[in-house]
Amino acid sequence: MLPAILDPWAGHALFEAANLAKNQPGSKVWLVSLGPKAKLQQVMMTVAQKVPFDLVALDSPANGFTDATETAAALAEAIAAIPGLDKTRLLLFGGWESASRGAGATMQIVGERLGITEQFQGVDELKVTADGSLEILERVEGGKHQVSKCAGAPALLGWATGNLPDPKNNPQVGMANMRTVMPALQKAKPVKFIGEGLSFASVALPKQMRETQVVKDKSPDDIAKEIVEWIKN
Amino acid sequence: METILVLDHTENDGSLARSAREALHTAATLHKSLAGSQIVIGLAGENVQAAANSIAACPATKYFGVTGADFIQARYATDAAAAEAICKAAQATIVVAPATSRWMRVLPGVAQRLGGRADTHVTGVAAADGKISVNRWYYRQRMESTQNRTQRPWILAIDPGSQTACECGAGTASVEIVAVTIPEAAKRTTVVGVREPKADAQTIRPDAQLLFVIGAGWTKKQADGQTHVPEAAKIILEFLHKTRASLGSSKSLVDLGGEGQAVLPFLSHLNQIGQTGATPRHPKGLSTCCHGEEPHTVGWRFVNERRAISLDPNCCWARGKADVLYVADAFSVMKKVNELLVADPI
Repeated sequence: MLPAILDPWAGHALFEAANLAKNQPGSKVWLVSLGPKAKLQQVMMTVAQKVPFDLVALDSPANGFTDATETAAALAEAIAAIPGLDKTRLLLFGGWESASRGAGATMQIVGERLGITEQFQGVDELKVTADGSLEILERVEGGKHQVSKCAGAPALLGWATGNLPDPKNNPQVGMANMRTVMPALQKAKPVKFIGEGLSFASVALPKQMRETQVVKDKSPDDIAKEIVEWIKN
Repeated sequence: METILVLDHTENDGSLARSAREALHTAATLHKSLAGSQIVIGLAGENVQAAANSIAACPATKYFGVTGADFIQARYATDAAAAEAICKAAQATIVVAPATSRWMRVLPGVAQRLGGRADTHVTGVAAADGKISVNRWYYRQRMESTQNRTQRPWILAIDPGSQTACECGAGTASVEIVAVTIPEAAKRTTVVGVREPKADAQTIRPDAQLLFVIGAGWTKKQADGQTHVPEAAKIILEFLHKTRASLGSSKSLVDLGGEGQAVLPFLSHLNQIGQTGATPRHPKGLSTCCHGEEPHTVGWRFVNERRAISLDPNCCWARGKADVLYVADAFSVMKKVNELLVADPI
């Protein structure tokens, strides 16, 4: 069985959110996570000691090809139902290709459903300026970043890898989180996905096994000549 | 009857990128195989006439445009409004668009607004017996599916580089301008620029013939028991300078900085190839000092000819993944390669 973890983009989004909340007094982080309840519990074992958050859990079946639209609908509904959440001051973070198998579509739909039209994808950096406005770096083509200034919340940021290292485990943070994690898991709302209108004719792993020619007995000079010739042809 | 809309945005100079022409080619091919369908073009940008004229010989029956200064910037609120308006004006049932960073930011949201669906990472579209099916990738190029949908509009974001570019000729196109009024509230975001490495420090070149991938081995202790990171950096940069190759890296090498180890100063997460990085498309790929299995290999999914240099003849990355594996010291080989390229430049 594969370990249950947050994918790297979702993990970075959580760590960036926690880092921002730490530096902005009065801020609070909610982690809205969707998956089979037992798997979510395993996920909490890996992240709950890293940063403080309140968990909102959604109990969904394990499914390899959940449609982004359905996933987004469930997430948006759960976010909208968070008690006391001021949506005018909401910064919604997530992985830019998380939730729905690397589709890169879920976050945008969540944002639309919540009426957030300041959206950024492939985010590597966020700076909050003294006046509360945001400076955001998004990945664009050719190894470049687009720099945008946004007047402030509400905004949605689909994170790429950011710049923060993984936080170290802190048992005290874990203990504090567990006070809310276990009740959240117990009352996780069940979600069903029906995949309406979508049908798969085939799903396959790509077959790209190659017959590798292993060259062991050539000098670096000869190998270099062969490589240069190959590059030039 | 399907109305196939090719949805493109113009570049800063008013032209269409190759990826836009790839989307057009995909749509034109679909149109041919789908009896009774019609193909229309939608363009967004400051001024779209030149772009429309550049593809005027394509089989489209109508051209729609959203134009004005508000549509210069790649900004969600305005781009989504433009795309939504064009889709409605065209009464599109199938929308074919290039998966540029600009369109990927908005297209799933636009599908939500229109009550349709969006599929991303699409690399093939076909029709048989009046039924459309798409090939798309899941799990970062680990799985490929063939699927169809009943919902309309169905937005298809075509992976750039996966299709032939349409070579339809130029002419004069009649563009129907679709009026979109942007309220001040939709201008809370301003794009202030693009940040990129200096020209001589840019190591990512999507159009390069060769992808040069470096692994963590370049920063490890060598035969003399010492690391040679500055020398490695010199060899790598010299090779890139001489070949104009694009530089890729394994995740482990990019992550070394965060672990307090010696790093190659020109690397960033943008160079990372694989599961959590990029899956670029290049005709050839040369891997050096790499080690890793599937998460790294997915980065090579769309590299045609692959060669690798590794000291480990049983390297699980290279065996079965590369066409040729040279069992050798990459420092020695690449130094010699650079010498040969000085004597006889490309």
